[in-house]
Amino acid sequence: MKEIAVVGVGNTKIGEWYDISLRELTDEAISKAIQSANIDPKEIGGTFVGSMSSGIFNQQEHLAALVGPHSGINAPAVRVENACASGGSALRVAMMAINAGFYDTALVVGVEKMTDLIDIGDVTTALGTAADGEWELGVGATFPALYALIMRAHMHKYGSTLEEFASVSVKNHKNGSLNPDAQFRKVVTMETVMNSRMIAEPVRLFDCSPVSDGAAAVILTAKDGAKKYTDDPIYIKGSGAGTDHIALHMRESLTSMQATKRAAETAFKMAKITPKDIDFIEVHDCFTVAEVITLEDLGFCKVGKGGKFSLDGETALNSTISVNPSGGLKSKGHPVGATGIYQVIEIFHQLRNEAGKRQVSKNDIGVTQNIGGSGASCVINVFSRGA
Amino acid sequence: MSVPRTWRNRRALYSLEGSKCQKCGKYYFPGRTRCLDCNTSGLENHNFSGTGKVATYSWVYTPPKGFNNRIPYCLAIVELDEGPKLTTQLVAVEEGDVEIGMPVEFSFRKISSEGDEGVITYGFKFRPKNYPNHLKKK
Amino acid sequence: MTKKDKTGIIGYGVYIPRFRIKVEEIARIWGQPGEAVKKGLGVLEKSIPDMDEDTITISVEASRNAIKMANTNPDDIEAVYVGSESHPYAVKPTATIVAEANRITPVTTAADLEFACKAGTAGIQMCLGMVKSNQIKVGLAIGADCSQGRPSDALEYTASAGACALLIGNENVIATIDHTESYTTDTPDFWRREGATYPSHGGRFTGEPAYFRHVISAAKSIMKHTNTSPDDFDYVVFHEPNSKFPLATAKMLGFPKEKVEPSLTVKYIGNTYSASSMIGLAAVLDIIKPDDRILMVSYGSGSGSDAFIFTITDEIEKHRGLVPTVQNYLDHKQYLDYAFYTKHRGKIKIH
Repeated sequence: MKEIAVVGVGNTKIGEWYDISLRELTDEAISKAIQSANIDPKEIGGTFVGSMSSGIFNQQEHLAALVGPHSGINAPAVRVENACASGGSALRVAMMAINAGFYDTALVVGVEKMTDLIDIGDVTTALGTAADGEWELGVGATFPALYALIMRAHMHKYGSTLEEFASVSVKNHKNGSLNPDAQFRKVVTMETVMNSRMIAEPVRLFDCSPVSDGAAAVILTAKDGAKKYTDDPIYIKGSGAGTDHIALHMRESLTSMQATKRAAETAFKMAKITPKDIDFIEVHDCFTVAEVITLEDLGFCKVGKGGKFSLDGETALNSTISVNPSGGLKSKGHPVGATGIYQVIEIFHQLRNEAGKRQVSKNDIGVTQNIGGSGASCVINVFSRGA
Repeated sequence: MSVPRTWRNRRALYSLEGSKCQKCGKYYFPGRTRCLDCNTSGLENHNFSGTGKVATYSWVYTPPKGFNNRIPYCLAIVELDEGPKLTTQLVAVEEGDVEIGMPVEFSFRKISSEGDEGVITYGFKFRPKNYPNHLKKK
Repeated sequence: MTKKDKTGIIGYGVYIPRFRIKVEEIARIWGQPGEAVKKGLGVLEKSIPDMDEDTITISVEASRNAIKMANTNPDDIEAVYVGSESHPYAVKPTATIVAEANRITPVTTAADLEFACKAGTAGIQMCLGMVKSNQIKVGLAIGADCSQGRPSDALEYTASAGACALLIGNENVIATIDHTESYTTDTPDFWRREGATYPSHGGRFTGEPAYFRHVISAAKSIMKHTNTSPDDFDYVVFHEPNSKFPLATAKMLGFPKEKVEPSLTVKYIGNTYSASSMIGLAAVLDIIKPDDRILMVSYGSGSGSDAFIFTITDEIEKHRGLVPTVQNYLDHKQYLDYAFYTKHRGKIKIH
């Protein structure tokens, strides 16, 4: 694979932006990214938009044609959809286009404008479309419930505890309190998490990422031209994706995600690294159990011990491995289709020592892990400063 | 819910019709025509016995649209005796009654309804095995 | 008597939802003396469906039991009739869903019947005629209801939920149907207009000119035509809107109460409408001995009664223990208060 660099990034703050439209969100992110890369928009060869459900959330399909031209970018545009992994997947498609020689430079935008739906049942159903429509959503499954099924199975199989899962939320809120772009910048206690409202037992409100609005954009270019835009490009050293059955009940395991393992195998091999080489990682903590399982699937701890690893503080900022220095989906927010791009932006700032109070001290290799659905899709990318 | 979609699935919903590979013996629910294990085509329909056990479960407090008449309800993955797993609701149970490994059986219930005037979707849910005698000592 | 000579029941199954509300609890809401109401009706409590149960789901459950008991190949069932006054759809059959769920489709006839509380027994007669005339091999007749009583109305104490399915055939018969006849007049004692949520009724008019006249006339007529008397029957089953009516009817016809009491499930589950006399029959079949005889008379407002004479065969012993009995369903119960009852019965609008 031709090595690719990220040369500019831009994003909105994440929140409930009732007075900002879908196109205004993407325009803000794109404008900032263009400014960040100091690039003439005409140099962008192609636009790739990751969004999960603009059709349901905003009655807007054909999103790529809305997003690019509205920001003055008339390059060929296409939308990539892979549920909550839409952002990460759009990034990979852009990388493929550059590698195939179609473009030298590409704009990748992730966006989700979720608060246009105000009925929580409607939001739950919209997100539920990332599950098996006929055999999960159709029989009463919701996303919190699917992750609750995973969490219960994990607790049963490994004896993991509610406290262990809660520690993920506490840690991510702590990190997020240091992130000016996060939706929730509030430190929470174990008690707050463990006594929060029940959503799908054993998953409580503070085990869940929020409903969010946000857009994030990055500009990719082939390594050779990267320095033209910035003195400090970051490089994608490895990239992998994994896919599994969309329905949780169809998969080999209820407590491990094959899609994560497959994506990691490819990405780590390409980057010539092992999990030990990773300094910090942005993982897809849509629910606390997702972070716990990811820690296990990526080999940071023993299988079944992800919760304890977290409770013991091994994943805190600047400890054994800094997991979700941005605050993760839990605290930073989870505009679903944009999340994969927000993760890349966090890596970009951390590798360039621009992360302010949440700056990780060891920052040679950063990784993103972006899950779609209840684990059917996963994208993992490895980044470093050195070309 | 789309009428053609649930109509098409009625035998799977109403009586757990799936399929079985005659060559390698693998069962599928919902049914399919080609075996994923041995690539044999033309799999035959198989009517599942309707008994299995709870693989995992949750009590759902925030349901999707159309499921809010019973809060909480129990969502579970059930492993059928023949092997395949499916996602379903457990009925005739209250919070505290359900545990992983619990034997369960087919039950016929309303699954969802499009308001008061739309079509009603019926199909499988699961309940404790040997209902209504499941609480009696053997 | 050879196997093929007689047509009758080859399997039966019931289903009663597990929820109950006590008569006193309903009386409490409407300022009525609970003890007196309970005693007057001879009803202690009534069954309530779960929120995802309706006439269709309980019909399917009862028919699955019947088919399992008879060990019938669903392909042999060529008629499906579901009698109910609470079909979930005004237009769109219950019977097609029941037939599909039991894999009886597509080579079968299927239809919904309505004749207040005797729609189920009308289905038995239709199946009997078709089997006897060799039109079909086996027929499935179901009486099922999730009945609704207007809040505070007298019917609210008893309107309940239950289903009974009978398979009618001429092989491996467990109870022969020796004779049936009906007594029908136009008597508007109880009705529900199209689109109305709750039925209306004629108060005390539902008694003497309606229930009693039809049930007693049908019973007397069938005994006359078959040259039988109460002494020829080991059990008698009547429609059970409450305990009082069938007990009074037995007395008037000269049946000792011991012959009617085994059928009186109404005490524990209320009036299951189209399923009422059929569940009573099932309760008797659960305990009866070969060669015993049963007289059953249903009643449907509007009005009519279907009378049947059954004789039990040795075959019945081979089919016991395969499916839950009526008593099993009576025993498994959970009580609801009036608030949960209104929620279960869709009286609270949440959509």
